[in-house]
Amino acid sequence: MNGDMSVIISGFGGQGALFAGILLCHAAVVEGKHTTWFPSYGAEMRGGAVNCSVNISDGDVPSPIIDEADAVIALNDASQEKFEHKVKSGGFMIINSSLSHLKTKRTDINYIKIPLNELAQKLTQPAFVNVIALGAFLEKTKILKIESVKEVMKEMAKTVSAKKAALLPNNLESIDFGASIIRQQMVTA
Amino acid sequence: MAKVLVKGNEAIAQAAINAGCQCYFGYPITPQSEIGEYMGKHLPPMGRVFITAESELASINMLIGAGTTGTKAMTSSSSCGIALMQEAMSAMCCAEVPGVIISVMRGGPGLGNIAPAQGDYFQALKGGGNGDYKIIVLSPSTVQEAIDLTYRAFHLALKYRNPVMLLADGVLGQMMEPAEFGEYPYKDPDVTQWALDGANNRPPRNIVSLHMPEGEMEMLTNRIFEKYEQIAKNETTYEDYFLSDAKLAITAFGSVARVAKAAVKRARDNGMKVGLFRPVTLFPFPDKDLHETAKKVDMILDLELNKGQMLLDVRSAVFGACPVEFYGRPAGGLLTPDMIYKKITELYAKLDKADKTEAGVR
Repeated sequence: MNGDMSVIISGFGGQGALFAGILLCHAAVVEGKHTTWFPSYGAEMRGGAVNCSVNISDGDVPSPIIDEADAVIALNDASQEKFEHKVKSGGFMIINSSLSHLKTKRTDINYIKIPLNELAQKLTQPAFVNVIALGAFLEKTKILKIESVKEVMKEMAKTVSAKKAALLPNNLESIDFGASIIRQQMVTA
Repeated sequence: MAKVLVKGNEAIAQAAINAGCQCYFGYPITPQSEIGEYMGKHLPPMGRVFITAESELASINMLIGAGTTGTKAMTSSSSCGIALMQEAMSAMCCAEVPGVIISVMRGGPGLGNIAPAQGDYFQALKGGGNGDYKIIVLSPSTVQEAIDLTYRAFHLALKYRNPVMLLADGVLGQMMEPAEFGEYPYKDPDVTQWALDGANNRPPRNIVSLHMPEGEMEMLTNRIFEKYEQIAKNETTYEDYFLSDAKLAITAFGSVARVAKAAVKRARDNGMKVGLFRPVTLFPFPDKDLHETAKKVDMILDLELNKGQMLLDVRSAVFGACPVEFYGRPAGGLLTPDMIYKKITELYAKLDKADKTEAGVR
């Protein structure tokens, strides 16, 4: 009832959990869907815990607040701990197994463990764990096209500083690589 | 124009710019600081005025200054910051100074916290400032509506020469969703008949909030209350969501109303006749329409992020036509679709039971 897809993206400040959500929402707008993004806000800082709730739907999204999400992307261990119970039964959770060694607690959801930080080392540096995770999420759900996110990245690159715009190729590489992780099942057991 | 993904706070700021806001005065406070940031970035290059004031008191008194010249101007703040502005709002009503105030509520009382809340319904609607006065209060529940109501706030302020408040909360201020910036749709009234513009070749004018001669203040108060009656007649707005055959009607404003919609939709999918009555204008409150709704339904459930504030206006409008229940969380606790749905199910079961008992008696 929260729309066609609801996802919570969580990590520590600096990992880009909020930005991954913004990319997702912009891509939803590109595809003519309705979407909401609601962040934890305020006292968050680099190193602190941050998360955002994203809804994507063909129809209206009445509530930006999510009871249970179809998916959770946990970029670190604290996020896994905090949001494991928020995944809908039958839903899935992407866990960054580079930064979380916690045992999983549920049998009614799927876990996709990806050593995001290790895998990111294989790419042109800097590479982005948030964008890699987003690529994996989109490949898994097919809720939006990877191409739509790339379109958004290209548009954004036109409006940001030259220093940030120079990272566009790295972002494009990261999202493609994220998708390939799911296709090639580069996940940990 | 195409829809763009925009944050509530920034949507309000851009809408104010589109509405012709010439001056912004503000002091930063979470969860609305993006409004000031946005204004600071965009107003000066347009040759308009942006001032980071030394306090909220200064902000609103600058707003009075701009308003007396008939200039479209705005300030914004949150909860404890708005509290500091209330003396000036009373003065603005008395002196009939237009101005737009954006209030993005956070948890209170006191400095409280920065989480979304609706604890400032009383603050906005019932005073703080002294004397008999009312400010127009508009309550958006989507980012799109935040844009549309910001336009309306600027228009109503000039139309009625009264402060207008846009009452939002941290959810709406911080969330993003796609919305469209249409053109400012209103034709604003001429201000040259009353605005202070230097008295070049005309008799001097006064815009004051002190009236010492006997009877003058009474006359003025009666006159501004006639104005408030006109405002109630012309401007009352509410949204009817599945009310036509509802047995249970929910009343809610702002972001809570949209969360309630998700629960109403689910209740409808499960065969429960539930609807939503959402006041868009809080003053003027849609009391007559709510009373008519109350006569048709078996029960009203009022939902708020506080301990029951709009509840008083709901009860006063319902005036005994049906029972009124309240469900809310104060000071930063959020209502989720699940919580609201559970409350609906619980109350609806009681109504069903009452129906069956009644049938049995017959």
